[in-house]
Amino acid sequence: MSFNLALVPRREVSLLRQVLTPVLALVVALLIGGLIVWMMGRSPAKAFDVFLREPLTDPWALQEVLLKSTPLMLISIGLIFCFRANRWNIGAEGQFLLGGMFGGGVAIATHGLSGPWILPLMMLAGALGGMLYAAIPAALRNRFGISEILTSLMLVYVAELLLDYLVRGPWRDPKGFNFPQSVPFTDAAQLQPLFEGGRLHAGFVLALLAVLVAILVFRRSLFGFAVKASGEAPRAANFAGFNEKRITLVVFLISGGLAGLAGMIEVSGQVGQLRPGFGQGLGFTAIIVAFLGRLSPVGAMLSSFVIAVLLIGAESAQVSLKLPFDLTRFFMGLLLIAVLAGESLNRYRLEFRKETA
Amino acid sequence: MEMLPFILATVFTAATPLLIAALGEHVTERAGVLNLGVEGMMIVGAATGFAAAVLTDSSVFGILAGALAGMALSAVFALMVLVFATNQVATGLALTIMGLGLAGLIGQGFVGQPRAAIPPVKIPLLSEIPVLGKAIFTGDFVFFLSLALIAFVAWGLNRTRFGLLLRAVGESHGSAHALGLPVKRIRLVAILFGGLLAGLAGAYLSLIYTRFWSPGMSAGRGWIALALVVFAGGHVWRLVLGAYLFGGITVAQLHAQAGAIGLPSQFLSALPYLMTIAALLFLSISGRKGAGAAGSLGQPFVPER
Repeated sequence: MSFNLALVPRREVSLLRQVLTPVLALVVALLIGGLIVWMMGRSPAKAFDVFLREPLTDPWALQEVLLKSTPLMLISIGLIFCFRANRWNIGAEGQFLLGGMFGGGVAIATHGLSGPWILPLMMLAGALGGMLYAAIPAALRNRFGISEILTSLMLVYVAELLLDYLVRGPWRDPKGFNFPQSVPFTDAAQLQPLFEGGRLHAGFVLALLAVLVAILVFRRSLFGFAVKASGEAPRAANFAGFNEKRITLVVFLISGGLAGLAGMIEVSGQVGQLRPGFGQGLGFTAIIVAFLGRLSPVGAMLSSFVIAVLLIGAESAQVSLKLPFDLTRFFMGLLLIAVLAGESLNRYRLEFRKETA
Repeated sequence: MEMLPFILATVFTAATPLLIAALGEHVTERAGVLNLGVEGMMIVGAATGFAAAVLTDSSVFGILAGALAGMALSAVFALMVLVFATNQVATGLALTIMGLGLAGLIGQGFVGQPRAAIPPVKIPLLSEIPVLGKAIFTGDFVFFLSLALIAFVAWGLNRTRFGLLLRAVGESHGSAHALGLPVKRIRLVAILFGGLLAGLAGAYLSLIYTRFWSPGMSAGRGWIALALVVFAGGHVWRLVLGAYLFGGITVAQLHAQAGAIGLPSQFLSALPYLMTIAALLFLSISGRKGAGAAGSLGQPFVPER
């Protein structure tokens, strides 16, 4: 490999370029994905149809897309706070699971009771669970200088094992034929459809609300400015009097709380009980969503829809085209790489040079 | 006492993939590059290695193929961080996500197929020593290769000119560049070496440790290897110690599960992950951070003209 390629910083980045970059990255990733589908002996045209057109044209599937985008939106909005501040919470999956377990725990404890207070209590518990779990890597970083990357990730595995223990042990449904799952939640503990005969529930509205709040925080509040400053110029932020450790803790609590809330919503609105694997890797997918959305709240909202379309498409592609879910996972990684390369080309121009740099 | 050599041997088998992957990442990080894609490169090495071994009916060829697959994936990482100067944390994560999917695709047709063990190598005379002979001087050839790799990395980093240049580049890429060192070229070598070893570690998992392929089988070992590099704080001997300690914990935890000591099995399975956090905590409290991370670790390098 020769290195006579050099990066030259761009003076200005036009708005058009900023908007087009993620779109272009998506197109490039889709083309490579199509090539792989073709190499696997399937028709790329058919795959695009199943992955992109069907989820957007079928009204039932469209509702599923919005449902799938709900946790992605909530988690990625939280992650934006971390990533903007240059703090690397990569354990959102674990915080999501903890939120589900805390919320689900309330549902199990109040099983048989009814009342409008159960759902709000579950939401609070879910957010609290995620916050507590996210506080661990934040505290370890603040107090002991331990990299939050590894600790937050390690805790994902611990959360998966904790869930496994609960649904096989103390929280197992006695009437569940020994399946590793909790009792099915009663109606009082399940988010109800917003309209008759539909499936979309209030969780989606909450996710949109989170987007709105995040927009306001980043545009209007001092805290939003402190987060950005801390990420882009940590020394300057320090001189400006922003407390570095407090920012670490708060961005982790925000992202943990939103991931926990998302976990509760998933358990209550989609699954209806606790069972292993309800995480589905959404906490990791949300990282890709955040980057595809260029770490902006509106971007995260839009890319939540895009990724949700692909995930719903992937579910039907497994059945209709026998395309394994691993293909989608591979594609997600590829997409993140394309987005990162696009970001770089946004900031720099590639220049060919005669001599090596 | 009769069990002891057997138990020791399983400790070494459990530790070897961690050790190999961590040695590779150690070299990468000394050059100032943080590659969080170890888990992805490892599992692609495991899947490719297993598939190649079955297709060619040669475990040795499989191990080679696994190592090369890890290196191929690290080449993608190198292209991104060296040419496009992308964020290393995010790029490494992308590599892991991509690797997990790719490994699933490669290993698709090979789930559940068993694979015969590679005949062990016995060092003449030394393998006759009681206890130690069976534990250390009888093993698979990759185990002996890992011992050679420890020596190679320690010698290469500390006693060769290239090692000195590599560490200089890692410590301050700006100064190294100003001195006319080929920063990107040296980093390319370090990244590819890390990928090669991560792939080798993966192939060891599927062809020697478990001897079958199952999706997600690396189970966070790549991340533990990354933690071992932090634990090592720049010293190869501490990396080796950490890896064997973790091998010991893994085996002890398996024995405790088999022995049913009353704790739920999930708690024991969580031990390696909790111990990783505990080890990092211990390191911080004891103040033995060693030389610490390389000065330019994780920072993108965009030379000025």
